Amino acid sequence: MINVCEMLERSAGKFPDKTAFSDPDDSITFAELYTDSRKIASYFLQKGCMKGSDRSVLFYMEKCVRALPVMFGGVYCNAFYCFVDIRQSDDRAASIIDRVDPSVIVTDRENRERLIKILGGKRDFLMIEEITDRNFLDGIEESDLLTNERSQFYDLQPLYVNFTSGSTGMPKGVAVSHASVIDFIEIFTKTFGIVSDDVIANQAPFDFDVSVKDIYSGLYTGATVRLIPRSYFSNPVVLMDYLCDGDTTVLIWAVTAMCFISIMNGFDYRTPDKLRMVMFSGEVMPVKQLNKWKQHVQNAQYINLYGPTEITCNCTYHIIDREYGKEESIPIGIPFENEKVFLLDENNKLVTAVDEEGEICVSGTCVAIGYYKDPEKTDAAFVQNPLNGKYHERIYRTGDLGKYDSNGLLHYCSRKDFQIKHMGQRVELSDIELSAMAVDGVSRACCLYDEKKKKIIMFYTGEADKESLSTELKKKLPEFMIPGKTVQLDSFPINKNGKIDRNALKSNY
Amino acid sequence: MDELLELLQDVRDDVDFETCETLIDDGILASFDILQIISAINEAFDVEIPATSIIPKNFNSAKAMYAMIEKLLED
Repeated sequence: MINVCEMLERSAGKFPDKTAFSDPDDSITFAELYTDSRKIASYFLQKGCMKGSDRSVLFYMEKCVRALPVMFGGVYCNAFYCFVDIRQSDDRAASIIDRVDPSVIVTDRENRERLIKILGGKRDFLMIEEITDRNFLDGIEESDLLTNERSQFYDLQPLYVNFTSGSTGMPKGVAVSHASVIDFIEIFTKTFGIVSDDVIANQAPFDFDVSVKDIYSGLYTGATVRLIPRSYFSNPVVLMDYLCDGDTTVLIWAVTAMCFISIMNGFDYRTPDKLRMVMFSGEVMPVKQLNKWKQHVQNAQYINLYGPTEITCNCTYHIIDREYGKEESIPIGIPFENEKVFLLDENNKLVTAVDEEGEICVSGTCVAIGYYKDPEKTDAAFVQNPLNGKYHERIYRTGDLGKYDSNGLLHYCSRKDFQIKHMGQRVELSDIELSAMAVDGVSRACCLYDEKKKKIIMFYTGEADKESLSTELKKKLPEFMIPGKTVQLDSFPINKNGKIDRNALKSNY
Repeated sequence: MDELLELLQDVRDDVDFETCETLIDDGILASFDILQIISAINEAFDVEIPATSIIPKNFNSAKAMYAMIEKLLED
């Protein structure tokens, strides 16, 4: 297999009339998804919007069933797709759009006005309601140009670009190839036995690579994927109804979303008793919340997944096989098949001893192409394996510190730098600090993360008042990066190296 | 009510909880904020907010949240 379209074609052949994707408003079968994707690809090619070698379809909208034939329409034209998180500021969205410089931009009615403002008349866009309209699609003939496009397929081509927080304020776009997704999904579905009878409830937005596991596990095995709208995660009754009534069997969710259900007492209302597998990733799972899940959904298998976007979804997993105490850490476990995961110490020496910390490094087909149009940051994180002096071996340095326990299982310890996980998103604290220091009347800023309260705390010096600083930050940063607490200081505590003393800040706040 | 306002301010110090009546409808509070608010209310008022009460109407304003808590305390 060299292109993910082959997954779609296989399932369309095997299960033509089975529902591939559904959301509360729409649903599409595998055969329809196949036909519609090719029609939309034909439309793109005939319209002449797919030119040159660097092609992409950018979505400025929330996920929905209608987006899928447009995504794969792009893929049939050798384009990658990119979803932009609409919750982030207009400035940030604009900088992502400029960086991607997409062949096609797609939005929906709800986000049209805002997109017009962001684009400032500089670019055209298409309306999803129009290009996925039944009458419109019925009028399109499949183009001969598709055959030519197919002859150009090759598996190191990017399939999607996902933007994450970047350390200089500019978001980083992780480009992942077809080869990485095909390799990972084949092993992922085999490892956990996902089959065509499964119903996967998709929580993650499509700009998040957690959703890659949902989308492609469905396409590859013929399982149905039900998209859950974001708003359901503020309304547990609606969410539980959707999960239960849909006979959901598999969840591949962010830890935050799992906690949403257990903290909001969703199980007292209803229990999705068809659930057989619950996988979680993104953050350390609080044992208390996991235990609530296990108490209510007893027959399900629980699996802890670990890995950053740069290595395609996950590189290690651990099937929960015993009870955990509140102070214990759940292992991130062992590497997936065909992935090499190892620890390097500060001198780039291999760490194998029990309880000794090292940076988690990953090698294999799973390693992403790099950061889109950002060779500098790519070269810093995707490097030659320092242990290998004999041939080229590209590895990704995660920046996460891990260690082995006495059973040989990996555990996550902490970050090497000031990157944190907040609301399921990767946040570079320095990003927030830089944005704050760019505000008039702020001379210095320093952020801390309160792990317990899950809150970003910002300290700053300067005459700017808290309210105006907060207003300015909101213009520049996505919601999840806005500090939950802001403290104005006369001066910062300084350590002996002349740097801000973060420990002193922490103990005083 | 003061206790509630203080608790809300502690979750998000950039929101005017005293006057805003569209905290959910206007997307001022995200899913994660609601999660924190519910945990904090559970703890501070020693109540268990049932899933069926977690609807936009009950979280659109501090006043609505307070009414919901009072009702839970009565039951």
